[in-house]
Amino acid sequence: MTIASKAASVSFDAVTKAFGPVVAVDQVSFRVEAGSLVTLLGPSGCGKTTTLRMIAGLEMATHGRILIGDDDVTSLPATDRDVSMVFQSYALFPHMNVLENVSYGLRVSGLAKQEVGDRAHDGLELVGLKGYGDRLPSELSGGQQQRVAVARALVLEPQVLLFDEPLSNLDAKLRRRVREEIRDIQQNLGLTSVYVTHDQEEALAVSDRIIVMNQARIAQEGAPRELYDEPADLFVADFIGDANLLDAEILSLEGTEALVSLGDIRLRLPARGLETGPVRVAIRPQAITLRADARGESLRGVVRKATYLGSHIEYSVETPIGELFVISGDVARPIAKDSDVSVGLSQQGVTLVGS
Amino acid sequence: MNRTVALWLAVGWLGYALLPWYAIEDGFWIFEWLFDGYPADRDYAPGILQVFLDDKVWLAPISFFLLLPLGLIGRAKNDPFFANILLISGLGGLAYVGLQGFSIGIGGWEFASLEQLFGPLERRQFGLGYGALLTSAGFLFFLTQGIAARGAINGDVFVVGSIGLVIALVGIFILFPVIQILLSALKDDAGLYAPSVFLTKFFDKKIWGLGCLSGNVSCGAAWNSLFLAVTVGAGTTILGLAFALVVTRTRFRAKKLLRALTVLPIITPPFVIGLAIILLFGRSGSVTQFASDLLGIPAGRWIYGLPGIWFAQMLAFTPIAFLVLIGVVEGVSPSMEEAAQTLRADRWTTFATVSLPLMRPGLANAFLLGFIESMADFGNPLVLGGNYDVLSTEIFFAIVGAQNDQGRAAVLALVLLGFTLSAFYAQRRWLGKKSYTTVTGKGDSGVHPYLPKRLTWLVYGAAVPWAALTIVIYVMIVFGGFVETWGRDHSLTLRHYISAFSVSSGEGGLLWTGSAWNSFFTTMIIAGVSAPLTAGIGLITAYLLVRQKFAGKDSFEFGTMLSFAIPGTVIGVSYVLAFNVPPIELTGTGVILVICFIFRNMPVGVRAGIASMSQLDKSLDEASLTLGATSFTTVRKVILPLLRPAIVAALVYSFVRAITAISAVIFLVSANYDMATSYIIGRVENNDYGLAIAYSSVLILVMLAAISMVQFAVGERRIRRRNQDGGVASPLAESKAA
Repeated sequence: MTIASKAASVSFDAVTKAFGPVVAVDQVSFRVEAGSLVTLLGPSGCGKTTTLRMIAGLEMATHGRILIGDDDVTSLPATDRDVSMVFQSYALFPHMNVLENVSYGLRVSGLAKQEVGDRAHDGLELVGLKGYGDRLPSELSGGQQQRVAVARALVLEPQVLLFDEPLSNLDAKLRRRVREEIRDIQQNLGLTSVYVTHDQEEALAVSDRIIVMNQARIAQEGAPRELYDEPADLFVADFIGDANLLDAEILSLEGTEALVSLGDIRLRLPARGLETGPVRVAIRPQAITLRADARGESLRGVVRKATYLGSHIEYSVETPIGELFVISGDVARPIAKDSDVSVGLSQQGVTLVGS
Repeated sequence: MNRTVALWLAVGWLGYALLPWYAIEDGFWIFEWLFDGYPADRDYAPGILQVFLDDKVWLAPISFFLLLPLGLIGRAKNDPFFANILLISGLGGLAYVGLQGFSIGIGGWEFASLEQLFGPLERRQFGLGYGALLTSAGFLFFLTQGIAARGAINGDVFVVGSIGLVIALVGIFILFPVIQILLSALKDDAGLYAPSVFLTKFFDKKIWGLGCLSGNVSCGAAWNSLFLAVTVGAGTTILGLAFALVVTRTRFRAKKLLRALTVLPIITPPFVIGLAIILLFGRSGSVTQFASDLLGIPAGRWIYGLPGIWFAQMLAFTPIAFLVLIGVVEGVSPSMEEAAQTLRADRWTTFATVSLPLMRPGLANAFLLGFIESMADFGNPLVLGGNYDVLSTEIFFAIVGAQNDQGRAAVLALVLLGFTLSAFYAQRRWLGKKSYTTVTGKGDSGVHPYLPKRLTWLVYGAAVPWAALTIVIYVMIVFGGFVETWGRDHSLTLRHYISAFSVSSGEGGLLWTGSAWNSFFTTMIIAGVSAPLTAGIGLITAYLLVRQKFAGKDSFEFGTMLSFAIPGTVIGVSYVLAFNVPPIELTGTGVILVICFIFRNMPVGVRAGIASMSQLDKSLDEASLTLGATSFTTVRKVILPLLRPAIVAALVYSFVRAITAISAVIFLVSANYDMATSYIIGRVENNDYGLAIAYSSVLILVMLAAISMVQFAVGERRIRRRNQDGGVASPLAESKAA
């Protein structure tokens, strides 16, 4: 395999992008280490795609500096940046066959014919499409088209490889496969990649680090596990995995632990630097256990809804501390609607969030 | 130095130091001057030699602006000095070339004040030629590269250059002539500015008089034009809607035939309809004679005047309304109508309360189109006008008639321009964003309901006789060419064809002895040269409009679509006024015809380009850019190949429109460059209907052939589907295998 990597880091330094009066990206700073895959995650309209397009040079920053490696590329147009991108629509040129598509970037860069051919073939082999070179994009399935788009971007050996929601046009089953393939290639070649998605599961699965964006700003940045276990705010807690967000109060602090009152329950949770006073508790749906035999000491509730989903059951439980959304893996013993239950909380998946 | 700068610097110097600075009298494509005293001859000398040989010292400073960019050697593109030098050189050079061109004309100083300042000038200068053209192009692209280097459009030299080019061309060949009209309307016969003369001319009774309301004096041309345009606009809209409804919402059998009618106005020179009407209803027309023989109705000249023009324009422009309204009627989402029906509306209620209101903006659009077309029409009023004066022909007679009053022509042109621009403005501002009929990309399944019964009969009643009449008209056109003298001697003959298109073999091979060959060949060459240029500038403009964001884009778009709203007669007059004298001296050449067609037909190319480019996913461009291609490479390798249908459409339409055009052309033809349409009009004025009709049918055939040939040649798009030899499994199977 002759496809190598020239991976370089990407740095944003207080970058702002405004479209007229609308600020799409507001004072964003982050750094993507060379060879890592960082995901920009957020709801639609949060500025993640604009951020990606600014790395590509398809949008120009209104303020701030963008660096790739040690080079300031802030005012460099897309053509002159060593960055390639896999588009959501794949953007395969419909009038060129697969090989012509893959070799396009090499040809316009003025490489020798022999090398263009060799590298394009290597690229196709890498994504498992050897022998498909003379087909037209319209003759390929969605998954194959996606891989051609990846090959086309890869063969240029870019400093940074960008993915703009690359899986959104694939069906659910294929999505899992392709994302694993993308992750394998990225890790094997040691590419620097920035990946945009609104699907939090996809983000957790492929990323070294995740940058969660909300309303043009970075809400939180961290490794997948950090984001899930220690969300910085209500938005992140709710956006990454589901969470029941409940009002609570920190009664006292003991070192790094806080004594929290949640309705009638008392909990000991990591304080995460919060002060005493009102606070919120984020409880993952999986962290709640329901027992049909209502025993004395714990929280009581009534099951209002029960939805069977094959691998698990989702419950909606009315309790004195509020309505709780519960996911239970115990499909063998379903709890009927309107039954009284006792509600327990596990150690994992309960965390304090500042409001 | 930057390669692009070096290239344009070389072009600039080529124009200044090598090529003849002034226009060559023999013509743009004649290169006899090369062997006729060049470079020392005063007529052919390049600019730099003119300074020394002919003491044209005012050409010397140009060299300063051409030397400036040499200061860029060894400087990087992001050096602020780089942009500034280019801006100074480009802007200064352009301004200076323009200034000296306008200040010094055939008779020395053009402005009295300059003469007072510098004393009388012995030297004179002619229109700018190749040299000045190239040097100006060099300056223009220095300017755009300077702007790009300042960071406009991400520093994209190609895009900024294209914008600059289009602005410069539109400025010179659309805005400048129109401004010239305004200026000469304000001048009196001596060439001095005289607002009072303008007012007298403007409020002339022959323009605004309302005598026809009170007595039997005829009304002013402005009212006549307005009345005609409103009735034709309304009439074509109603008939066009009837046709569109027949095709889309009835069980009518010959729908294909009706659709074929829409091609007719595209390939028919406008006045040909007028001719056919004369053959039918003129004093010696078939219908007239039939009526007088059988019914004893005396043959009259009633067809000449409002009835004839209206009739001819209705026939000529109904297909255009039809074409527009088919889109509108089909564009009403069937699901809306189905929704109405499920809400218990019957077919009539559905049509009246849902379908028709949804079509309203489209109907207004069709009306305005018909209005503009009628206002601008020149051929039919010329042939059938009689005593009914309309603006477009009055402009013509003001220039070519005994009066030769350019000021009056300019005033009339202003009035006409006022009407069409208002309609154009109304169409864009009022209707532009008000279309209900956008078909969404989502699969909008469902079928249009059929019309209610009564309405069906109504639209049949309107459309079918009209279609029959159109067919009769075209039969007349074909037949008329083979008849000895229409109305008097109906024996069949080839006389007209022979006199127009005879070929004999003489000593030097074939001799094109027919009287029409000269204008025929000129027409083909001019149309052939202008078509690719029109398509080119149209598509570049469309690319800029669809794909690029830049300041002032709205005005840019308005400017490029403007020429659609400028009637041909107005363009003709304005070109005569603007390009008859230096610095741009083009009248009497073939170049002015080519230029006229390019800018008259540019909106066609722009529209074709916009329509198909909007369907290309923008991420295709972006993919190409991120893969390292420049915007120029992207246009060349990705966009153009995908735009082939649009290119073909633009090519064919501009070719065909150049052949059928008459209104602007008639001002611009000359003995050397006569066009087919103006030749035919000349024959009509001599009552030589046979030849005129014969020539027209030949033109129609040529255009039909051109359309079908080009469609055939480029129609087969390169989509290499693999043979079904087992190489391609079904997409479904493949996605599973993947």
